[in-house]
Amino acid sequence: MRPFTGWLSLVSACGAALLLSGATALPGAAQQTHVAGKTGNAARGKPLYTRYCAGCHGDEGDAQGENAQWIDPKPRDFTLGVFKCRSTPSGALPTDQDLFNTVTRGFVTTNMPPWVALTPQNRVDLVAYIKTFSPRWRTAQAGRPITIPPEPAPTIEGILRGRELFQNLECWKCHGPAGHGDGPSAKTLTDSKDDPIRPYNFQTGTRFMCGETNQDLYRIFMTGLDGSPMPSFADQLQANQAWDLVHFLRTLQPLHSPEAAMWRSWFSTHGRELKPIGPEGGGQ
Amino acid sequence: MIARFTSVVALVAMVSGPAPGHRAAGGTISGKVTYTGTPPKARPIDMSKEPSCVAQHATPVTTQDAVTGAGNSVDYVVVYISAGDEGAAAATDTVRYEQKGCQYIPHVAVMQVHQPLAVLNDDPTSHNIHPLAKVNAEWNKSQPKGAPPIHTAWDQPEFIAVKCNVHPWMHGYFVVLKTPHSSITDSTGAFKLEGLPAGKYTVTAWHERFGTQSQEVTIAGSETKTANFVLTARPY
Repeated sequence: MRPFTGWLSLVSACGAALLLSGATALPGAAQQTHVAGKTGNAARGKPLYTRYCAGCHGDEGDAQGENAQWIDPKPRDFTLGVFKCRSTPSGALPTDQDLFNTVTRGFVTTNMPPWVALTPQNRVDLVAYIKTFSPRWRTAQAGRPITIPPEPAPTIEGILRGRELFQNLECWKCHGPAGHGDGPSAKTLTDSKDDPIRPYNFQTGTRFMCGETNQDLYRIFMTGLDGSPMPSFADQLQANQAWDLVHFLRTLQPLHSPEAAMWRSWFSTHGRELKPIGPEGGGQ
Repeated sequence: MIARFTSVVALVAMVSGPAPGHRAAGGTISGKVTYTGTPPKARPIDMSKEPSCVAQHATPVTTQDAVTGAGNSVDYVVVYISAGDEGAAAATDTVRYEQKGCQYIPHVAVMQVHQPLAVLNDDPTSHNIHPLAKVNAEWNKSQPKGAPPIHTAWDQPEFIAVKCNVHPWMHGYFVVLKTPHSSITDSTGAFKLEGLPAGKYTVTAWHERFGTQSQEVTIAGSETKTANFVLTARPY
């Protein structure tokens, strides 16, 4: 009898060890996420994911959910560990806060809705579970968020400098001379999975892919939208230049912004001095 | 700077084909890569959307993903030691990858894990360098005209496709290997792996369209062994 109970306890110990390793194999460091004082747990996130996310993103996080074939742009493939909206440099993993913000905000130009109906705790748990799909989270840490210096007040000089940058950095090649998303390269753009993708059309006046504030806009072109054709300009722009570009881009949107008002009043008297943007253009 | 540049040129020459007058100690594996089947025809590239690049080419440029030559030779095949030379000294030279005339030069760049890589833009236009890495971290950076080189390196061995989203015809490869022993076939399909200590090696040939092939080669002393590869070509 004795040897038998010994075996039994050994077997149960093995079982417990298996269970434990199963739990850690799930996500290791990614198992828990920390956003704004809340701790997310992947095990709690899993049923939420199955309920709300798997329909598009797939049970395995591979963007092969049953709805995926009807969706354009395609859902994010979490197994790649590549994310558009980050506060971290191109090539780096996003922070937990970045993923939380994305789940909360949704993508205005895609089928991804804002998940504000879920509690913040639910969303933090979902982030923890999303991080279990890619092996990148087990070998690499989130990048260090870029610093965004305080925004200077917009000036017409700054807007004009921003316009020159829009010309010289050739933003218009994709986004179009007037920001309508119709530049010469727009039609041939593909994302990293070779699916066609459209550049942002400023004329729609919708929110940007990753937020809506001037800071969000600054962050978009200083980090790039990884997995998409939008590159990072962090190596090419000084902070003051980036702010100039932000202020110019605001004038392309049909919105009541201080930049747009400033631009309209300047343009009404000086419009004819401007060179066009585009292949023949010199910007200012 | 000039000295460094010439050493890089020498390295490129060594890697891209047999260097005249250069004989490293140890054994050599050399050979030729050919194909059977029907390779895709090289297609002319329409660069009319980028006049500054059209102006750099006297004749229209053709696609480089399947460049074949006389005697069914295959260009741009990376031949490397995939097993048997673990622990060999790592290369520290900087690998140059240029964007010139809206093309990647070289079309396929071979480097070791952690070897410095410099990406240069010689064109009077903006490019974005978008390595579609899966094992390493994918990134995407803009490099406008006149911008300084992008200095980087890769952490893991991988065959990384590179593209420029602005100019959709621009395709290339970063081939990141563990081994310092590699060679890219030239227009005659020839390659040469030099300086191999005695031992048993697995030699692998990789081509972006025609796939991968391996064979075992044993080197004893400073002999030269021949290893030829025949890849299977398929049209598009």
